[in-house]
Amino acid sequence: MTRRKWNPVIRHSVLIMFSLIMVYPVIWWIGASLKTNQELSSPSIFPSVPQWSNYINGWHSVPGFTFTDFYLNTFYLITAVIIVTVISCTLVAFGFARLDFPLRGFWFSLLMLTLMLPGQVLIIPQYAMFHQFGWVNTYLPFIVPHALAGGAGGTFFVFLLVQFIRGIPRELDESAKIDGCSWFGIYWRIVMPLMKPSIVTVIIFCFLWNWDDFLGHLLYINSVDKYTVGLALRMINDSQGGAEWGQLLAMSLVSILPATLLFIFAQKYFVEGVATTGLKG
Amino acid sequence: MERATSLASEIPVRKKSFRKRWDSPLAGYLFISPWLIGFLALTAYPMLLSLYYSFTNYTLMKPIEWVGLDNYERIITADDKFAQSLKLTFYYVLASVPLKLIAALMVALLLKKAVRGISVYRTAIYFPSLIGASIAVSLLWKNIFGVDGFFNQVLGFFGIPGTGWVTNPDTALWSLIGLSVWQFGSSMVIFLAGLKQIPNDLYEASAVDGASKLKQFFKITLPMLSPTLFFNLIMGVINSFQMFTPAYVITGGGPMNSTYVYALYLYERAFSRYQLGYSSSLAWIMLILIVAAAVIINLTSKYWVFYESESQGGKGK
Repeated sequence: MTRRKWNPVIRHSVLIMFSLIMVYPVIWWIGASLKTNQELSSPSIFPSVPQWSNYINGWHSVPGFTFTDFYLNTFYLITAVIIVTVISCTLVAFGFARLDFPLRGFWFSLLMLTLMLPGQVLIIPQYAMFHQFGWVNTYLPFIVPHALAGGAGGTFFVFLLVQFIRGIPRELDESAKIDGCSWFGIYWRIVMPLMKPSIVTVIIFCFLWNWDDFLGHLLYINSVDKYTVGLALRMINDSQGGAEWGQLLAMSLVSILPATLLFIFAQKYFVEGVATTGLKG
Repeated sequence: MERATSLASEIPVRKKSFRKRWDSPLAGYLFISPWLIGFLALTAYPMLLSLYYSFTNYTLMKPIEWVGLDNYERIITADDKFAQSLKLTFYYVLASVPLKLIAALMVALLLKKAVRGISVYRTAIYFPSLIGASIAVSLLWKNIFGVDGFFNQVLGFFGIPGTGWVTNPDTALWSLIGLSVWQFGSSMVIFLAGLKQIPNDLYEASAVDGASKLKQFFKITLPMLSPTLFFNLIMGVINSFQMFTPAYVITGGGPMNSTYVYALYLYERAFSRYQLGYSSSLAWIMLILIVAAAVIINLTSKYWVFYESESQGGKGK
């Protein structure tokens, strides 16, 4: 009997320890972003005098630009990507889930296969192609693949949406068909409104993966006026060589804020998205 | 009775589908056309292009020249960096994937029963996975594991002498492995979903038969969870084989090439030296190795992955 009483205590202590290990670096990060360079090597979590100037100076640390520019660039890029992703992926998913056409199974298994394809095999030929098209240093290498249900996670989203549409009762489209509704009408008026929850999941992961698509940004965006937040951070890191860690940590911390807010306000979509399809998260 | 009527209602549908094979061939292709065009133009064609490049000495500046198997031959016989980066990458995959999965499974088992506060724990443990892929976290890591970093302060508190974890060639790769293991949260969420699907009566029945907790774990939990484990393992190997951002940002491949992983080598060959032909060969070798790893895992799966439909009493789903 005593063992039974102790079990929850041990379990919760282990869990609390794990949670602390997971979150502690982030707490330290918050404190460190307010420290001077000297204070960074002191063991206290929070500085004696918070250096709010780290945030202000960090924001202006790229000469000629502010982080406002980089955030606007990133949001512009990601908004465009999300819009084309939602349109293309829902159309394709509807086609695979509801329509009956020759070779459907074959194409769908190819789609499943590309889910596993390591992206690094494609970066060189894609770079060579986009270079020829004159797309380097534009946002087209991100927008066009997403508009074709590809890019960062496109095939994942099609798969996720197909699973979701299969759960919508077919009787709904059957009755619409009897009423003379076209396939596009069924997609737009019946399936689309019911897909809203899974579209939210798609938007969230599309946002996250594009925000973190550092290699892609590094390859295709060269001029500072088009830089995304990630590239700007890397530029500060390279140019200062660790001279202003406080500023760098402050700006890094701000850069994870959008993902964090998204997580806080849409937690249930996250957990469902990760659990149902095993997204890499 | 109910079953009979539902069977009856299915029959006309069957007949119809025999008579008319496809409802909507044209509309179907219209709907999937974005993906189909994307697949052909941005996946299939580039793959063939990359295969072709791998037999040439293509750079962006010069005209393409066919060199046959020269690239592959040079890579395998005369490229020290290839051998070294491959070894490092294997080391990284073999260390980070199992550690990550063990941590994920352990915490998922603990969380399965802790009803109170589960969402707080889950949030705290998932959070690193949420932000982990960003360059911001790589920068944080670089600072925490520096000579004066936070990690050494913690060690100092316990009286353990530290080192410059990311600047010491012996430990740099382990600081990257640590970063990967720290993000075990998303695997944990997948395990948690898998655990919830194990029917409780299995545990109850075995408890009646007097099975110990340990025996239950090995005879019920692990077999029932093996498909989830299999999925996590395959995806973990594929993803960690391609690890790039942390190595690029935290260590830049150094010190003394101790974190010069395969993806970084591929990137530098392709985009610092613009040897697109040579690096295409590297990419194809990478693809072959990843596919080989997936096939091997898949072959072993029949010995350890358990599908419910195989069992005699299983409902077969």
